[in-house]
Amino acid sequence: MSTFLLIVVTGLGLGALYFLAASGLSLIYGLMGVLNFAHGAFMTAGAYAAWVTMTRLPSSMGVGLRLLVAVVVALLVGAIVGVVVEVVLIRPLYRHHIQQVLVTVGLSLAAVAAVQGIWGADPRAVARPEVMTGTVGLLGARIPVDRFVYLAVALALFGGLLALLRYTRLGLVIRAGVENRTMVEALGIDVQRTFTIVFGLGGAVAALAGVLFSQYAGSVSPGQGGSLLIYAFIVVVIGGMGSLTGTAVAAFAVGLVQQLANYYAVSGVGDLSVVLLLALVLLARPSSLKGATA
Amino acid sequence: MSSVLVLDDVHVRYGGSHVLQGVSFEVPATGVTALLGRNGVGKTTTLKAVLGLAPRTGSVLLRERDIVREPTHRIVAGGIGYVPEDREVFGGLTVEENLRLVGPAEGADAAIVRELFPDLVQRRTQRAGTLSGGQQQMVALARVLLRENDLLLVDEPTKGLAPKLVTEVADVLARVAESTPVLLVEQNLPLVRRIADTVVVLDAGRVVHRGDARELVEDQALTQELLGVSMRREGAA
Repeated sequence: MSTFLLIVVTGLGLGALYFLAASGLSLIYGLMGVLNFAHGAFMTAGAYAAWVTMTRLPSSMGVGLRLLVAVVVALLVGAIVGVVVEVVLIRPLYRHHIQQVLVTVGLSLAAVAAVQGIWGADPRAVARPEVMTGTVGLLGARIPVDRFVYLAVALALFGGLLALLRYTRLGLVIRAGVENRTMVEALGIDVQRTFTIVFGLGGAVAALAGVLFSQYAGSVSPGQGGSLLIYAFIVVVIGGMGSLTGTAVAAFAVGLVQQLANYYAVSGVGDLSVVLLLALVLLARPSSLKGATA
Repeated sequence: MSSVLVLDDVHVRYGGSHVLQGVSFEVPATGVTALLGRNGVGKTTTLKAVLGLAPRTGSVLLRERDIVREPTHRIVAGGIGYVPEDREVFGGLTVEENLRLVGPAEGADAAIVRELFPDLVQRRTQRAGTLSGGQQQMVALARVLLRENDLLLVDEPTKGLAPKLVTEVADVLARVAESTPVLLVEQNLPLVRRIADTVVVLDAGRVVHRGDARELVEDQALTQELLGVSMRREGAA
């Protein structure tokens, strides 16, 4: 029982990270129809921004405080990178989907190469505060505390994004834009500005995912964002592109299936089981590939 | 009579198709101007060209201001309300949210909205996608009336509606036109006769007739020649 509980909580924690990685991607696709393959680069940018910040801050500051400052810096870096990418690379290519894919794939490859060129290809250890390394007893199981941190952050983000979508004017415009952006424009609303804001928001959330995933892995590496992006895409497709609630459900389902399969089947089969889950969902509900309401 | 909108030598090309071929006409600053023509002659494209939703060249003046290089949202915010063909309400949003998209009620017509669409007030929490076609048309009309407009572009508002609803829509448009000029694309000639003051007829992307609405509609030979229909075969508005 305690092992099962540990696996479940770990799966949920991993699902929380997948949600963080996928939610920005889902919003960007849902509103703009942009398949952003550079989203992994946003995560990498956030992770490295946090790592650099933590190493530059005086060690007299506690690790926890340095991590908090690093998260703020990473959010800003992610948002700025998102806005710059939208304005410079994506904006000239709206309605040119193939070119968007080529540009964002190219950017993701260039970002990995740039990070390797600056900081090397090897993983760099990140400092982890005590709260992220300890364990807590739960129904006889020793559960790593960081899983709960990921869950709490993901739930807070989910609630925050839902509130943004349901109770703010920006959210109203985003939901309408997901349905029919031409008509939103025809009502006198600057959809372009909304695109930029959503890209910035997506970049910030991706950066947060990058920071927390580096805490989970204990290190940062150039390919980390790209690895997480694969799961983010799977989650977004299963959850229904553009659907935030669908993304959340799919993220936790993927995390759980992956962990349970790894433990109860054969170690390493978790990734395969996720792909099978994706195939099953697409066979049962092909509409998952289509855009949905946020 | 002064004009609120002036189109001069407007061309629209989609790929290899030359849809509008030098369209020029003026919309008076009062009343309803009906844009008529057979299917596929470029009526909807003309409205989209005004709004920048179709790639156009030429000159489009809104109250003497050239808007041809402005983005759609700025043109609309600058004083044009647009009710598209097929309503295009946001089905996943509630009625209230559809109306709130255009911002707080500020137009002179906002009171008209409350007066003309009491049904929408009762249905404000209902998703627009679950409304009937007529109710969706009311949402589409109401959401543009909540803003001050120099001009309304209304594209086939009675398409697919039951006769009773056609009459209701005509009533609304006639009432709105008392304060705001309307450029109306419509196939229903009795409705045109009832509410339109002037007409512009398109054929194959060109203006082939301009004049008084009643004169055209009551001239059966001319309507047959220009539109391929006459009042005898049309239903009542």
